Amino acid sequence: MSISRRKFLHGLAAAGLTTVLPSTARAASQGEELATLLDLSKCIGCGACVEACKETNAHKFPRPKKPFPRMYPSRVKVFDWSDKQDVDDRLTPYNWLYIQTANVTWQGKEYEINIPRRCLHCQNPPCANLCPWGAASKQANGIVRINDKICLGGAKCKNVCPWHIPERQTGVGLYLKLLPSFAGNGVMYKCDRCFDRVAKGLIPACIEACPENVQTIGPRDEIVARAHELAKKTGGYIYGEKENGGTNTIYVSPVPFDILDQAIEKGPGRPHLSPVPNSMAREENLAMAVLAAPVAGLAAALLTGVSKVSQEKQGDKDE
Amino acid sequence: MSKQSKAIWSKNLFNLLVFALLFTGLAQMPIFKRYYLADIPGFAWTSDFYLNHILHYILATILLFWIFFRLGKFLRQGQRGIKTISPFGWAKIFIWAGIIITGILRVLKNQPNIFFSPETTMFIDWTHPGLVIILGLAALLGKFLRQGYFKG
Repeated sequence: MSISRRKFLHGLAAAGLTTVLPSTARAASQGEELATLLDLSKCIGCGACVEACKETNAHKFPRPKKPFPRMYPSRVKVFDWSDKQDVDDRLTPYNWLYIQTANVTWQGKEYEINIPRRCLHCQNPPCANLCPWGAASKQANGIVRINDKICLGGAKCKNVCPWHIPERQTGVGLYLKLLPSFAGNGVMYKCDRCFDRVAKGLIPACIEACPENVQTIGPRDEIVARAHELAKKTGGYIYGEKENGGTNTIYVSPVPFDILDQAIEKGPGRPHLSPVPNSMAREENLAMAVLAAPVAGLAAALLTGVSKVSQEKQGDKDE
Repeated sequence: MSKQSKAIWSKNLFNLLVFALLFTGLAQMPIFKRYYLADIPGFAWTSDFYLNHILHYILATILLFWIFFRLGKFLRQGQRGIKTISPFGWAKIFIWAGIIITGILRVLKNQPNIFFSPETTMFIDWTHPGLVIILGLAALLGKFLRQGYFKG
């Protein structure tokens, strides 16, 4: 991705400097992964980020054609959020970011922790790795996005995502042009970290709109270092650095995440905050076997050949 | 075991391996649950994407070892062996090569430190199953025309 430093600095200035690390422009232009740090002690739950996300990404939201095609078999459900576009207390195809609230007591002190929830943009995203259609993919700058022109709405990405983030809208997308009754069921939607704004050198709308500077964007290694620094300074806890093998969304909270996880409302469109092992770990380990197999096969053929020749020679000598 | 029955066993096992790869590859599409296969007692695993992905990796490892072992043995014959390959055989070899290359690229893509652009990823994702379909059609055509890998 080519990105003009001047343009990025323009975005940086607009955001009031504190939310963008200085090396962000360089990192973005060199195709380095960018991550965001969310200091949950600062979030007041005002919803400015949710509103900004909705406004900025409205042009990407689904415009389904009705009536929807009749689906076979009949157990295939319609997922229609087009009449509930204002829902903002969970993730939907029209709401890619929402605030989760946890009222908890920790070490004798009461806390109200507000947690902006959206796609965490995993470093090795299972949604992109397991999408059979190439619709979900990761960009060099760490953004994981779903191509709405290609997605068939099979919801495999939602199934394999440890947080089940993507949300489906029926009646939109490529499946309508293929076999709408028999394959696919719309398009999956989720946060794309304002990829189009970032490509223009701007920062994601949620970061820019936040009056409390909850989020900071920058190169991942610097964001991780900053998260550890913040956690050390405040006695805080980190989530997202190692979850699912590492994500590009790092939360720092004054309250441990297992306590927050117990206090938040969870369910469809409302992701948990539990520890998540690397979903792709087995594939990462097995890859070496797959890559070594051709070499091993050729070597085995060579060795059997050598052994055959030496056996024949031995046979000749014995005679 | 005679040489002939060994060859028949070997061919049947290879076909079984290819079928298992085809099945676990198809299981990457969200269709087995939609179309009730996963509802059959004992078949719930067919809708487990991670399990089928891992099985696909393991089966691919066995297939690659097998193919390259056979290739190595064949290449020991040198030019003499290569000249016996029919034009139809060459076509199938190129299709197999495409399937193997795109499969290996997909495995690489799934590694955490290897990055492919979204366009390249999509190209690989479409080419791999596309070539499998072409190979299936070529195999059917080969049966129909009585054409094999070798001349005569």
